[in-house]
This record gives sequence, structure tokens and C-alpha cells, in this order.
Amino acid sequence: MNNFFATRTGIVSVGLVIGCLAALLQYLGNPGNMGICVACFERDIAGAVGLHRAGVVQYMRPEIIGFVLGGLGAALFGRDFRPRAGSAPIVRFILGVFAMIGALVFLGCPWRAILRLAGGDLNALFGIAGLIVGIGIGTLFFKQGYNLGRSQKTYGSVGLMMPLVMAGFLVLMLLYPQVEGEPQSGVLFYSLKGPGAMHAPLLISLGVGLVVGVIAQRSRFCTMGAFRDLILFKQVHLLSGVVALLAAAFAVNLVLGQFHPGFDGQPVAHTQGLWNFMGMVLAGLCFALAGGCPGRQLFMAGEGDGDAAVFVFGMIVGAAFAHNFGLASSPKGVGPHGVAAVFIGLAVCLFIGMTMRKKA
Amino acid sequence: MSETIDERGLSCPQPVLDTLAKIAAMGSGELDVLVDTEASKENVARAAQGKGWRVESITEDGGEYTLKLIGA
Repeated sequence: MNNFFATRTGIVSVGLVIGCLAALLQYLGNPGNMGICVACFERDIAGAVGLHRAGVVQYMRPEIIGFVLGGLGAALFGRDFRPRAGSAPIVRFILGVFAMIGALVFLGCPWRAILRLAGGDLNALFGIAGLIVGIGIGTLFFKQGYNLGRSQKTYGSVGLMMPLVMAGFLVLMLLYPQVEGEPQSGVLFYSLKGPGAMHAPLLISLGVGLVVGVIAQRSRFCTMGAFRDLILFKQVHLLSGVVALLAAAFAVNLVLGQFHPGFDGQPVAHTQGLWNFMGMVLAGLCFALAGGCPGRQLFMAGEGDGDAAVFVFGMIVGAAFAHNFGLASSPKGVGPHGVAAVFIGLAVCLFIGMTMRKKA
Repeated sequence: MSETIDERGLSCPQPVLDTLAKIAAMGSGELDVLVDTEASKENVARAAQGKGWRVESITEDGGEYTLKLIGA
């Protein structure tokens, strides 16, 4: 193996770098314990293009754009760009929708769950426990032969679709930049208050996104895979990267005065332990069934995986449903229909997991 | 005796699951695993080595890899 990033030292280094950069992004303006949150940021993008009109979570997050374009660059440079598609895309879309709904009941993707813990938000412990349980349920399906089927090699242009969409989003952001005090600039929405109004400078966010995209694509960094491989194979390779992320973010938070241990009053979080847990059970199960955490899906979309791209769009559309239907939580607690959505999502996952399996 | 499994187009963790199941069934011998992504190549090699099997060779052909695994 000639890929340094595929070694133990490599994955730990990647985790350390992501943890440091995420904590720094918080220092530079991103919301509390949300230096990087793939679910939250895709939700903000859904808001920026007006798919939902929750005024506090609308911003075209450059980190997400950077993740995909960095992943593309690393894949091209590493001769690792593999245009492929056709492995049950509609199922991956639906899994993306419910992954987002579950993540927004908790208020964060797995990356943010780790970052919340690193910032002292103990509610994250319920979320991480739920994530592990959800992934554990997913591994039971894998043991029973669950499989989304083979993808096919395809045209390079198929693999370039998601990077092109992200490049287009970046162009929109440059054409219609944020205007002080204005909720809209051209076609894009910009939050005036709330988490959507909190962000590091554009170029820094984009730069960090590109760096993370490159190193995460090379190392296959995946928070879902970390727990799945531990449960399924007793392998700790990916998990060592996640632990490194936690340690680095914790250390940087201590240095920057961003560590505030406790349950109450945590930034962009609620204290309903059961629903922090259940939201992430749903999200974790969706990530497991779809083969990657939200970050990993972005990097795979960058390296040409059209099915991962469909999952990402599922998450963005799921965010729109979550806010339009009152499924997303707020610091006050779960949304009016969040609990119902979690149970519907779990039922959908069980249906997918139990029916999509090859005969032994 | 040599056996082959075709894991091309299958997404994570299927190639590793199938490789480990095959290794367990064979006990020892020579196993060729066909994969078509870098990640699968690395994951299959890592998993096989974790079971004490040796990666004898990895050959590439048009973005696809054949891993030759040897279990003593």
C-alpha cells in the first residue's frame, strides 16, 4: 500500500487535522460546536436556495462545496476518479432524506456529535449512543445479506455532476454575495440571525473545505464506517481517526476557551435525551444502509460516485421537508412532528433492510 | 486450489464481508478478489492481512484490481 493516508498514522493525522480545523472555524465565526456539520450545512444550503424558508438557517456553506471539489481534486490527482452509478439510486435518495430528518431531530451529523462532545455538550452522548445503536442495527441487516446491488462504470460526466453542481453553487455565491442587513441577495437567501448568520469568512471556509476534502478522500475517513467496522469486523482503523478528531477538537477548544461542559444552554442543541438518542438511531441506520456518513458521501460524490451524489441530494431535500413540516428540533426541543417522522423513518429503513437482500 | 470472487461495483462493506466469509470458508489456499475502487482495494487487503492472509500481488487493469490473497 503506497497511500500514506490509508495507514494508521495517516487516518489519525487526518482526524487530528479535521478536529483542529473544525474548532478553529468555530473560533472564526461558525456556530458553537458546529465548526463542521455536514447535516447542518447541507440544511443551510437548502435554505440558501429557498427549498425551506426557516430564516435562521440559510447560508450557502462553502465548506460543503470544498468537500466535494477537494475530493474531486484528490481523486483526479491520485488516479482514483471512478465514475460509477446505478446501485439503487432511489433507495439511496430516500435514505438520505430520512438520514437528514434523524440528524435534525438530534441537531447534527456524526461529525457534529463528536464536535459537540469536544465542546462539552454532554447531550451529544445520547446522540453518539443512538448513532452506534443505529449502525449496530444496520450491521444486523448486512449479516442477513442486505445489499443495494452493484453499481456500473459509467461516463466521466456522470461522476462530474455533483462537483459541477457545487461549482455552480460557488458561482452563485460569488455573483450574489451576502449584503449586510439584507436577507436576500439575488436568488440566494442569507440568514440575518441564528446559526445561519454565523460563519467564518468565505475564503477560509472554502479553503478548509478543500483541505478536508483532499485528506478525507485519500484516507476514506468515515464516522459511520468507524463504528460499523468495529461492530462488524472488530477493526479500529477508521475509529482511530474519529478518536483523533475528538481529541484534537477538545484540545483546541480548551486552548481557545470554547470548552463548556454541561447539558443546559449548549449552542444549537436541546436537552431531550430520548430524542437526541432516537434521532441518531434513525440517522445512523440510514448511514449504515447507504454505506457512509454524510461527509463520506460528499467525498465519494467528488470521486465520481453518482449514487453517493443522489444520497447527498436526498439529504438536502430531507432538510427542506424537515423544516417545512416541523420535523427539525430547535434549542427548545423536538419539532411538532419530529417524533412521528423518526418512527416513519425507522419503518422505511426496516422495509429497505429486510427486503433488499440476496438469497444466501 | 485457487478461487475468485467478483466484488466489482459493490459498495462498502460488501467486498470486505464477502472476502472474510470466503477466507473463513476456505481456511487456506489462494483467493483472487476483483474490486474496482481504491477504497475497496485497501479495505480488502487490510481485512485479509488481519486474518493472517498475505497479499501476494495486486494487478491493475483499466481501473480494476485483482488482489491475489494467500492463506497458509
